[in-house]
Amino acid sequence: MATRLHPLHGLWALTNRELAKWYKVPVILIISLIQPIVWLAFFGKSMNFAAMFTSGLNIPGLNIPKQVIDEIASEVLKANFGTTDYFSFLAVGMLSFITLFTSLQSGMSIVWDRRLGGVLSKLLTTPVPRGNIIMAKVLNSMIRSLVQSTIVLIIAILLGMRLNPSLNPLDILGAYAALALMSMGFASLFVTLALRSTSWESQMAIMNLLNMPLMFASNSFYPVKSMPWWLKPVAIVNPLTYVNDINRQLLLGITGGQSLLLDYAYLIAFAVIFSVIGIVLSWRYLSEA
Amino acid sequence: MEVAIKAINLTKRYGNFTAVDHVNFEVYYGEIFGFLGPNGAGKTTTIKMLTTVTRPTEGTAIVNGYDVIKQPAKVRESIGVVPQEYTADEDLTGWENLMLIAALYGIPKREAKERAAELLDLVELSYAADRKVETYSGGMRRRLEIAMGLINRPAILFLDEPTLGLDAQTRAAIWDYVYRLRKQYGMTIFMTTHYLEEADRYAERIAIIDHGKILAIGTPKELKEKVGGDVITIEVNGGDVNIARKVIEGIDGVSGGVTVNGNTIIFKVRNGNTAAPIILEALNKLSIRATSITIKEPTMDEVFLEFTGRRLRDEEGSSEEFMRFRRTVARARR
Repeated sequence: MATRLHPLHGLWALTNRELAKWYKVPVILIISLIQPIVWLAFFGKSMNFAAMFTSGLNIPGLNIPKQVIDEIASEVLKANFGTTDYFSFLAVGMLSFITLFTSLQSGMSIVWDRRLGGVLSKLLTTPVPRGNIIMAKVLNSMIRSLVQSTIVLIIAILLGMRLNPSLNPLDILGAYAALALMSMGFASLFVTLALRSTSWESQMAIMNLLNMPLMFASNSFYPVKSMPWWLKPVAIVNPLTYVNDINRQLLLGITGGQSLLLDYAYLIAFAVIFSVIGIVLSWRYLSEA
Repeated sequence: MEVAIKAINLTKRYGNFTAVDHVNFEVYYGEIFGFLGPNGAGKTTTIKMLTTVTRPTEGTAIVNGYDVIKQPAKVRESIGVVPQEYTADEDLTGWENLMLIAALYGIPKREAKERAAELLDLVELSYAADRKVETYSGGMRRRLEIAMGLINRPAILFLDEPTLGLDAQTRAAIWDYVYRLRKQYGMTIFMTTHYLEEADRYAERIAIIDHGKILAIGTPKELKEKVGGDVITIEVNGGDVNIARKVIEGIDGVSGGVTVNGNTIIFKVRNGNTAAPIILEALNKLSIRATSITIKEPTMDEVFLEFTGRRLRDEEGSSEEFMRFRRTVARARR
């Protein structure tokens, strides 16, 4: 066999293997979309801050004109959320929510490969570069995240999310890039954590332990500045905060917590550091086993 | 004969435990070479090192001309592996599994399709190609594994306990496929087994391994000869049994004691098939007539006992084997 193998050969075949398990079973896709949609439809639609302020607020003894109350309400909302439209604010948070959940699951598939039969042991006898075994899982998680985010975005728009009127395709591309970078970092981290684990249950436990805290220690539901002092540092290192900051600036056109440049720089560093660690550790682990 | 596999002081240690201990052997192109030993003897560890899945602690091996430590990618391109476990992805169909493995070897799609169709035909799975592997029976899964191991037209095929957990009929069928494949593709086959009859029947040369060390290498016949050869039982009619005994004792190749029991003489000889006519002729000259003669080759079980000091059948690992078998079955059922 004189065929020269490309360093990335097998990457797409392996990614496609993972994707096939997903698109062949649409039930799993639908189930995974229920959570963010429930948040949007139930929580997002009911937690209507604008209506709370403006629907007939009247303080006895003080004769405040309705116009003043409306003005105050919109200023308070803007100061906190950057917009008077909390639903759209939350919808952006839901895009990172679905991406986070999808990425956390990537660790499961490597446990699965090892536990049930020797899919992994077979892959190791083929000339596929070791790093591609891991990168296929990361790539799979990125693709799934983006597809699911798109579905959540469409549903949010149907439910009343208002996008920036001057939105251009580059903004959408930017939003996807942010989600993809976050997915890459989290998926790499979780695949790496799962490398030595043979227990499906412990992987589940780690996922369940981390997903909610990661969500609530970010600006997905509320701004960082309304958090207690001890939670703020967590939110500041949490990649979700940066993704939401980018997406609110790009998709909603509101002023962000920091510059886009800083947001992207942080996400790129997050994605690159964890994927490099993932590739290096998995390469070493898979070749030494 | 050209050497397909050469193990040079191949060693694997896990902490204080030495799984494979300075093993040396050669496998020639075109032969079926069997590794025979009980569970935990180091068979699978050896295969893992030869197939570059595990790195040797010491020593190395040359596979198809490439060093397993220095040129693992080249080794991987020249070999096919059918590991002990079921390795196909159960969520995919048989066809998809073959195409996936083909892609990992960098085989162009059109060629991969041709080969996959041919291999499925060969292992008689064409009818189940589009079914999910989770619906396959144990025998079907094993056949698919073999097809997966052959998709890259390997020069050397490694089979790790290819018939573990299968019933006798399926086992025979699997061997039939292996033989056909070898004939068709002229492959070298390296296999491990702890079934004595399989090693005896299907391997051209056998290495007996126990506690990580190779105790003997040779063709099944040579190994049996080393044990002391065949047992011949001759029943003589008339004449003097004791004279017959003296004659037999003087014949080249007869070893150990010659036992006389009434008219029956029992003795061991290096090669029964060539010794028998000589003995009959010698007896005939003295007018001693043999009424019956049986030549019995020693069994692999006796060979194994001779080299390892224990029997393979009733070894302590049998419960482990049973557990492994159960795991395999549980997987097959999923």
